[in-house]
Amino acid sequence: MQETPNLNYVNQLARGDEAIKNELITVIKTEFPEEKEDYYKSVKEQEFKKIEENVHRLKHKISILGLEKSYKIANEFEHNLREHSLEKQQDFEKILIAITNYIETI
Amino acid sequence: MDCIIIDDEKMARVVLKTLCNEINSLHLVEEFPNAIEAMKFLNDNKVDLIFLDIHMPAFSGLDFIKTLKSPPKIILTTSDPQFAIEAFEYDFIVDYLLKPITATRFQKAIHKAEKFELASADPSPVVTAKTLVSKDIDNDFYINIDRRLIKIDLPSIYLVEAKGDYIKIKTEEKEYTVHSTLKKIEEKLPDALFLKVHRSYIINLKKIIDIEDNSVLIKRDVIPVSRSKRPELMKRLDLL
Repeated sequence: MQETPNLNYVNQLARGDEAIKNELITVIKTEFPEEKEDYYKSVKEQEFKKIEENVHRLKHKISILGLEKSYKIANEFEHNLREHSLEKQQDFEKILIAITNYIETI
Repeated sequence: MDCIIIDDEKMARVVLKTLCNEINSLHLVEEFPNAIEAMKFLNDNKVDLIFLDIHMPAFSGLDFIKTLKSPPKIILTTSDPQFAIEAFEYDFIVDYLLKPITATRFQKAIHKAEKFELASADPSPVVTAKTLVSKDIDNDFYINIDRRLIKIDLPSIYLVEAKGDYIKIKTEEKEYTVHSTLKKIEEKLPDALFLKVHRSYIINLKKIIDIEDNSVLIKRDVIPVSRSKRPELMKRLDLL
């Protein structure tokens, strides 16, 4: 079964404090689209080092949204990029789509 | 403790700020999106603790560490423990936190930092960060093989053998050959459990099956014991 993004980690961190929760969600909603855009730009330019850096940053968001299996995929993709391989790219981009859809709902 | 955060990712800084605010003994002075700005700040200001992201573009956390003349305690933050290994060469690294950082793990790291502070303030026992972190029996031990970090449970190691430029680490489950020296791994292993009994061997004292004059039997390995190490070995066995 495919995993779905969630706010479990955010809720644990905020411990019922709505202001903290909102701040964390706002940062996710602001930073994720920027990082995603940077990623696609680097992919277009075929800059492996940059793609690797973009994936590394996006990995944190993936883990914060509780996507453990997706995090492993992102990790594998990041390691593949170090070897100048794009293996796992499609799987990684599916994760980005899932997160994009999810953050529109929060 | 006055602390600062250095991380290029805003999300990571907000998470750390939130966690810092939960701890009364921590005072977050400033946060920086890159190491260069932090270096400028540290030229005029002193802090007790730095939360430092290792993986940052342009100027990494490791590059930053190398610039510090009188470094404060540092807790590394990373999504990839592979990058933390190199940093553990430095005595002022208290701990490293794997992202996403949980409150429980964060508190444990702060506790280590506080213990480190107390140890530093006491002139009699010399306690380094390495001792607190890597020599903790409960800590996991990571080895780097083919760019992969493999976690090893410390008590499961029964023998470490020097093999030229490599060491062979034997555990209950598996054997690993790592490019390192016996001296380096000796520094990381807890004294309470391990003893170097020969210039080529470190043994886990709890795994000894029997002892003869100049050798010990560990699992199926017969390990020589140096004449100079035998008294210490016998003394340590009395303590078990």
